[in-house]
Amino acid sequence: MASRRVRSAGLVRLALYGIGLVPAAVSFVQGATDRLGADPVNVFERTLGLWALRFLILSLCIAPLRDLAGINLLRYRRALGLLAFWYALFHLTAYVALDLGFDLRTLLADVTRRPFIILGMAAFTILAALAATSNGWAIRRLGRRWQALHRWVYAAAICAAIHFVLSFKVIRVETLLYGLVVAALLAFRVWRTAARRGRRRPASAAGRDGGREFPRDDAGEA
Amino acid sequence: MRVFRYPAPPPSSITPHRAWLSRRDLLAAGAAAGLTGLVMPPRAAGAADLAARPGALSNAGLKPTPLRDVTHYNNFYEFGLEKTDPADRSADFQPRPWTIRVDGMVAKPRTYDIDALLARPLEERIYRMRCVEAWSMVIPWIGFALRDLLAEVEPLGSAKYVAFESVVRPSQMPGQGGVLPVLDWPYVEALRLDEALHPLTILAVGLYGQTLPNQNGAPVRLVVPWKYGFKGIKSVVRIRLTDRMPRTSWNVRAPDEYGFYANVNPAVDHPRWSQASERPIGTGGFFGASRQPTLPFNGYGAQVAGLYAGMDLRRDF
Repeated sequence: MASRRVRSAGLVRLALYGIGLVPAAVSFVQGATDRLGADPVNVFERTLGLWALRFLILSLCIAPLRDLAGINLLRYRRALGLLAFWYALFHLTAYVALDLGFDLRTLLADVTRRPFIILGMAAFTILAALAATSNGWAIRRLGRRWQALHRWVYAAAICAAIHFVLSFKVIRVETLLYGLVVAALLAFRVWRTAARRGRRRPASAAGRDGGREFPRDDAGEA
Repeated sequence: MRVFRYPAPPPSSITPHRAWLSRRDLLAAGAAAGLTGLVMPPRAAGAADLAARPGALSNAGLKPTPLRDVTHYNNFYEFGLEKTDPADRSADFQPRPWTIRVDGMVAKPRTYDIDALLARPLEERIYRMRCVEAWSMVIPWIGFALRDLLAEVEPLGSAKYVAFESVVRPSQMPGQGGVLPVLDWPYVEALRLDEALHPLTILAVGLYGQTLPNQNGAPVRLVVPWKYGFKGIKSVVRIRLTDRMPRTSWNVRAPDEYGFYANVNPAVDHPRWSQASERPIGTGGFFGASRQPTLPFNGYGAQVAGLYAGMDLRRDF
């Protein structure tokens, strides 16, 4: 029974990677064959960046889904986080290779001077660090520090959302919605932390277990 | 008014009118071959053929961006924020009847009817167009020098600036009634009087041998080729001469990002991106063409740099 569940979870994960990479593949083929409009590089860059943000947001939805709706999709969170990282990597690669044409002087100027680009690079750097430590070995090796490290995903989400808002000349409904979703997901964490603190004191006085209803899942808290 | 004389290009560099027309025959042939949708989009509603002689100040040697891209990729926030919105959402716009009021500090204020403007001697001006967003096109405009129009209304000696105002029609321009305020309508732009009088500055009433499509600013728009594209105000209804520097839409929206002058300048970056280079539009897919360097004054420095002698263009960007 248990092994079948594990296997089906593995298949779902595999399917998640497969389906998750479809937008990148489709967009790339369209761009390479001139079916991405008049400014294909720009559309490709934006598509990749937007999907990075979407997967990042989806990975942040896992905890509230579990806590508020009782739906536990924790076993798919790493896949979502990694998809966010891969899309961020594609996005950065498209910017450096296709857009800038490896013009390293412009890249250096962008990275050092422009908050818009710095925010994007910060989000990418964090995602890269989290992706690199997303394996079982790193989790065992880092112990408690792993959790602290992976809380940086909140910073990545903030940077990515602001980066997205700044990528347009004016505030748009779309960017505002993404920003609000990120803000709501972060607000949930703040609320949860406060609620746990509030609960822990009276709870320990009563001799009950702390506020952690899901101790086994805590390793993946992010 | 003083008459500027600029070096004319050698006759050999001017596309003969017949050759220019035969290009359109080629397109028509392509359409006949069943490639209509690919080669030539259906003419925008109301757009008609428009004859023009090649202008002496035209960049005849440049290869124009395909018509499809010129008419289906541009910013015209009155119709929406996406670059495909102007083409997709401008079908209901009525560019006729239309008048432009020219007044303010002039001796003879006048109201021009669009038909009278179209009946003037028109020139084709192939110009580079550099968007502030770091992409560029080459567009064969049809129009006439703004200076000719201004000469007719006789600017007073006190006039220092020329202010332009766009049409406000939320019922026909869906972008003017959006959920979030984008820009204050009407869209307003302005030039210093000497910039407005420069022979490169034109009022365009057409492009690619046809009257201006709705999405490109029908029926009449400003084209100032050495400035970023947003200075080229579209669907103009009023031109006013004044002695005070007028407000301009993007400058009001974000003064640190969009200056009053907005001269194309590779040395002054937008806060969020470099202006040193640009992506030419319509070169086909990822691998069609790479970035090209952006030229000071968009390549028109020899003609216009003198207008800004002694100015710090980093401060007055």
